[in-house]
Amino acid sequence: MMTLKVNGHDHQIESDPDTPLLYVLRDEIKLNAAKFGCGLGQCGACTVIVDGKAVLSCVTPVLLLEGKQVTTLEGLGTIDAPAPIQRAFMEEQAAQCGYCIAGMMMRAQALLQRNSKPTDEQIRVELEPNLCRCGTHMRILRAVHRAARLMDTADASSPMQGSAQ
Amino acid sequence: MNAAPIKVPMILDRRRVLAGGGALIVSFSLTNGYAEDQGAPAVAAAPKPPGSLKDAPFLDSWIRIDADGKMTAFTGKAELGQGFKTAFQQIAAEEMDVPFASLTVITADTGHTANEGYTSGSHSMQDSGTAIQNAAAQVRALLVAEAARRFEVPEESLRTENGAVISFDGRRLGYGELVAGGMLHLQAQSKSKLKDPATFKVMGQPVARVDIPAKVTGGAAYVQDMRLPGMVHARIVRPPSYGAQLTACDMSATEKMPGIVNVLRDGNFLAVVAKQEFQAVKAMRVLSAAAKWQETASLPKQDDLLHVLTNLPSQDSTIFQQSNPAAVGAKTIEATYTRPYQSHGSIGPSCAVAQSVDGAMTVWTHTQGVYPDRQGIAEMLRVPLQSVRLIHVEGSGCYGHNGADDAAADAAVIARALPGVPVRVQWMREQEHGWEPYGPAMVTRLKASLDADGAIADWNFEVWSNTHSMRPGGAGSMLAAQHMAQPFAEPAPKPLPLPEGGGDRNAIPIYTFPNAHVVHHFIPAMPLRISAMRALGAYHNVFSIESFMDELAGLAGADPVEFRLKHLEDPRGRDVITKAAQGFGWLKGQKAPQGRGYGFAFARYKNLAAYCAIATEVEVNAETGHPRLVRAVAAVDSGQVVNPDGLTNQIEGAIVQSMSWTLYESVTFDDTRITSIDWQTYPILRFNSVPDRIDVHIINRPGLPFLGSGETGQGPAAASIANAITNATGKRLRNLPLTRKRIKDAIDA
Repeated sequence: MMTLKVNGHDHQIESDPDTPLLYVLRDEIKLNAAKFGCGLGQCGACTVIVDGKAVLSCVTPVLLLEGKQVTTLEGLGTIDAPAPIQRAFMEEQAAQCGYCIAGMMMRAQALLQRNSKPTDEQIRVELEPNLCRCGTHMRILRAVHRAARLMDTADASSPMQGSAQ
Repeated sequence: MNAAPIKVPMILDRRRVLAGGGALIVSFSLTNGYAEDQGAPAVAAAPKPPGSLKDAPFLDSWIRIDADGKMTAFTGKAELGQGFKTAFQQIAAEEMDVPFASLTVITADTGHTANEGYTSGSHSMQDSGTAIQNAAAQVRALLVAEAARRFEVPEESLRTENGAVISFDGRRLGYGELVAGGMLHLQAQSKSKLKDPATFKVMGQPVARVDIPAKVTGGAAYVQDMRLPGMVHARIVRPPSYGAQLTACDMSATEKMPGIVNVLRDGNFLAVVAKQEFQAVKAMRVLSAAAKWQETASLPKQDDLLHVLTNLPSQDSTIFQQSNPAAVGAKTIEATYTRPYQSHGSIGPSCAVAQSVDGAMTVWTHTQGVYPDRQGIAEMLRVPLQSVRLIHVEGSGCYGHNGADDAAADAAVIARALPGVPVRVQWMREQEHGWEPYGPAMVTRLKASLDADGAIADWNFEVWSNTHSMRPGGAGSMLAAQHMAQPFAEPAPKPLPLPEGGGDRNAIPIYTFPNAHVVHHFIPAMPLRISAMRALGAYHNVFSIESFMDELAGLAGADPVEFRLKHLEDPRGRDVITKAAQGFGWLKGQKAPQGRGYGFAFARYKNLAAYCAIATEVEVNAETGHPRLVRAVAAVDSGQVVNPDGLTNQIEGAIVQSMSWTLYESVTFDDTRITSIDWQTYPILRFNSVPDRIDVHIINRPGLPFLGSGETGQGPAAASIANAITNATGKRLRNLPLTRKRIKDAIDA
């Protein structure tokens, strides 16, 4: 049995060590945000953040994550106290079916944590691993720009807000 | 999630409903517990109420008011990511005169909502939105009448506000206080007193979608997120190709794997069930390796669909004919356009949860049609219809008939074998890509002549296509039922009737031509599994018509926008064309910068739903042929607008999705197997191909009927991009998709 740190909490994991992180998050820890899309690392619906980097949880065995910090969309904020990126996606109405959106947000969050003022081109390049089928791309781009502005404001007013943990 | 509050199948009866605490939900369920059975008592040829009220006329099928004032609107349609759950809430709030947040909307559930068939064909606003609007208005009128009776004042002296009726002297009765007994269990009148659009407070506003907060914070939002107590996880092992027969399968190794609950075989249907999800995945792999199949090479040649389709036997019918011998053609051109099979390509593979309790089966599913699926599943399980309940829960966007219905059937078959245990079935990526029913391949052949003045004198259009719907109704449409040892035969395909049509959807030109002849070649044989995909035949027919209009404009030496207006009488069509051209900055004779082209296209979806015109700018790399949509400007008229941001979102999405279909996508196969089984083998657009900007201009038509708009952009976007590529390169591409290689080959030719 290994210990997995997810959104700041330790979890004793019963799944086999070769189990992809995605299944541990969804099936064992009962989190919803990371989605099964392909199981092949081709679509990004399962994206989470591990030690600050965007990671495809569907192709990452949980055994590689001992001692690392895993952050899912649930770890950023809540429906009542949304993180800047969550607010931004709500304010831009950046979803249709929304199935890809959690993965999009986590990859964008990882970008914004290391580059608080990305260019449009940098956002597009960063999001390339993630697929959206509804064609919500224009709104996703706007939402990431908005999130950058919100995080900027939040950082200026309160250094605690907008961090991933 | 709308799976709540009922977790297990229950048959509603009068006592249980009425024991619910004074709630006014004496809905149609009273007769025998199922919404579908609320047949309207025979009424002699009275005019029918509008929208879906004509089939489900009781007001309380649509609007419920509890004694505590809680209000609920019901729809038989399924939220698929279009956002209409929010739009319906706006409509109901507006006509009820209550705050938006005071209402909730319950979507498709055979235990709760009216039978509105499929959520398809851009019908939701027209059918269900219209029903809710009229029902809400009539409920409000009933409440006002009841208040007038109690206040002993004339109705005209009363007003409604914030969920209450208020008298001129300030007396106030809340809606909850006014409802009593079976007050709303009345048949709708054929006409309603709707609000004056000028007084709208909620309708017409860009109200934020009710489903987005949960979706961006990790809330349970999809059927994939359901976790019922004691739920187990199933995976299917599908045959490797159409018609493959399972000749041997040693299940013993799989049965010994950790966590295994069950391994099922029924003919060619194989499934594993495990306690943990990844245990099921591993077991699926082991079982798949143990299964021995006999396959048949039955697929046609992928790179010759033109001849494959036009050589299959077809049932031919002339669907439009117009003659005016006075108009004589001087110059004639002809062209043939093709479309390959294309995938819905949902990002989330299909999923369903089912549970059998005391002989009653409940299935939670992202199907577009809970009632038709219920029928199919009941037939497949050989049980009475009343013992099966289907509840819609959102899934990943489907854009038509994907694997949703099949997954629902899979879940039901497995749950039957495990009484009492909730079973979650999740398809794998390659199963969704390999087994979903594709958008059918199509061929169109056009021939037209210009008269001496450069106007179209005659127009000939022929389309070859399969049907565009093999959706369930019967069991035979579902894979599990087809694969069982005692299989159900797939029903014979039927062409979808006009005026909406299937393969011939939008085949009849909206333009006015003195001579016109349109033929539909319906092909019954289906070499690949196909069904409904967003816009059905309209995608290819509009692509063909609007490409050919540009070819004719070129022949006439006319500006494409001017040429369209010259042949179009419909004033609303003319308005969207003009609006899109203005928004784009379209100027007659204007040349795009080097390496770029401008394109234009227009259609009215089905010739009876929303109008949409799209202008595009496309960049083509002359060296590589690589195309990129730089910008698009759309104008849309969908009648009375309910939520302008929702409408804009739909049109933006239609343009981006259609661009992906148009530039990149085709299902691939060898003589036996589908070979496009993931995102490497079936590439779609990624962020590097997303346009710089998309602008959507809405022409609102206050008080006019809602016109479905979810699919109106697909055809015009395709043709506009094709026309822009021609404008950029001087070459005409007529075979979808318009790939980099095809563009490069055309440039080099």
